[in-house]
Amino acid sequence: MGEWRPGTDLSTLQRRAALLAHVRAFFAARHVLEVDTPILGATGGTDPAIDCLRTVDGFVLQSSPEYFMKRLLAAGSGPIYQIARAFRAEEAGRLHNPEFLLLEWYRPGFDDFALMGELDALLASLLDGLPARRMRFRDLLADRLGVDPLLEPAAALVLALTRHFQQNGREADVLALTGGERSALLDLAYSEAIDSLPGAWFIHDFPPEQAALARLRSDAQGARVAARFELVVNGIELANGYHELRDAAEQRRRFEADLEQRRVSARWVPVLDERLLAALEHGLPDCAGVALGLDRVLLLMSGVNDLDTVLPFSRLRI
Amino acid sequence: MATFATNEFRSGLKVMLDGDPCNILENEFVKPGKGQAFNRVRLRNLKTGRVWERTFKSGESLPGADVMEVDMEYLYSDGEFYHFMKTDGSFEQVAASVEAVGDAKPWLKEQEIYMVTLWNDAPLLVAPPNFIELEVVETDPGLKGDTAQGGTKPATLSTGAVVKVPLFVNRGDILRVDTRTSEYQSRAKG
Repeated sequence: MGEWRPGTDLSTLQRRAALLAHVRAFFAARHVLEVDTPILGATGGTDPAIDCLRTVDGFVLQSSPEYFMKRLLAAGSGPIYQIARAFRAEEAGRLHNPEFLLLEWYRPGFDDFALMGELDALLASLLDGLPARRMRFRDLLADRLGVDPLLEPAAALVLALTRHFQQNGREADVLALTGGERSALLDLAYSEAIDSLPGAWFIHDFPPEQAALARLRSDAQGARVAARFELVVNGIELANGYHELRDAAEQRRRFEADLEQRRVSARWVPVLDERLLAALEHGLPDCAGVALGLDRVLLLMSGVNDLDTVLPFSRLRI
Repeated sequence: MATFATNEFRSGLKVMLDGDPCNILENEFVKPGKGQAFNRVRLRNLKTGRVWERTFKSGESLPGADVMEVDMEYLYSDGEFYHFMKTDGSFEQVAASVEAVGDAKPWLKEQEIYMVTLWNDAPLLVAPPNFIELEVVETDPGLKGDTAQGGTKPATLSTGAVVKVPLFVNRGDILRVDTRTSEYQSRAKG
């Protein structure tokens, strides 16, 4: 009883190996140093919507190698990349596996736009439709949902989403789904706006509520935005990047706000990573960083729609 | 009855939604990398047959529906209800309304086995077997020797169903019919 065979066929395994070889050759040619940092940490990320897996003896499996890599940057590593295993609790579906492969890299001296250019270069020979077109978050929502998330109040997002579901013959109680809360409304609006968005797009200039670890700046209309971007190909999120926040005090405020939100939503509250904050106080170089989901890249390269066919052993086979 | 969280929703799971029993067809986990997770779920309302898509917050749960699919033998109709009997030796009988029988009505044949969906032990849906053998009770006389493809004519079967049949079919013939498409398959015997 039980399927022992892998989900991948031999050609997919070979494509997977070729993808990793391509990544290593790409960064070697650009003199970006490969590093490897622990996946077993003493604490975990603070993101309000990402839950870490924890071990019985109190370790935390890292949901991304970001904190350790920033400590390397602060110590003077220069440009670095890592092919890292990452873990996220309760993420399971066609496009989600609790354990997945991230390519994360940091470029001192780059801003978010320069890093988008490097992502284009990395993926150009792998995926159709690159270089990706670029669109601001507010333009995406204006185009797909008819609402400006930077200027209009939460109630306008509720109305726009309700209309969107009705027009598509779908049912959703937007208020019940989001609590009418701005950040949750933006999450839902973004998920809906990128769903079945054809082609390759960089969505950039996120609302400040969704800055995560990106710095803030003003856009051409003077609205405050986060220097954050995502790469979305055929409606699938492939990468998330920032022009990194360097201000340790601001970072601590955001972490504490995250933890407060986790307390309110009765999620596990990690201990603040004081070593990371100490590294930021010491000084993170001006840099941009991005994480790219390699399993999803392979999914698109293979023209399939379920990670179970590109992971040797997905959650369904372990 | 147990409750089921969105991460337990899979195709075939029966849940209660807005007071009606529903069959889950598809469950798509949707989550922006940094954002809140949702589940886009396609369900079929087992009372109305309507399929719809509803978005849930991940982690929400629904009560399970006490829905069972049981093989039952059709016995008879009393004019108002259609009576079925369990085939497990219990001889237990249920009476299905005309709404529950629905599209299966023209395929009801005594002693044939149907799949009856029971909700809280009451019949909700009746599904005929994919293929059924029925006698022709009315059709134009057959043309002897005409077994060529091409021409068809209507034939009324013993259950009242009307299907298109080849010209050579006669009254009294037993036909094998696909109940999903109402299409003639073959003559069961001559």
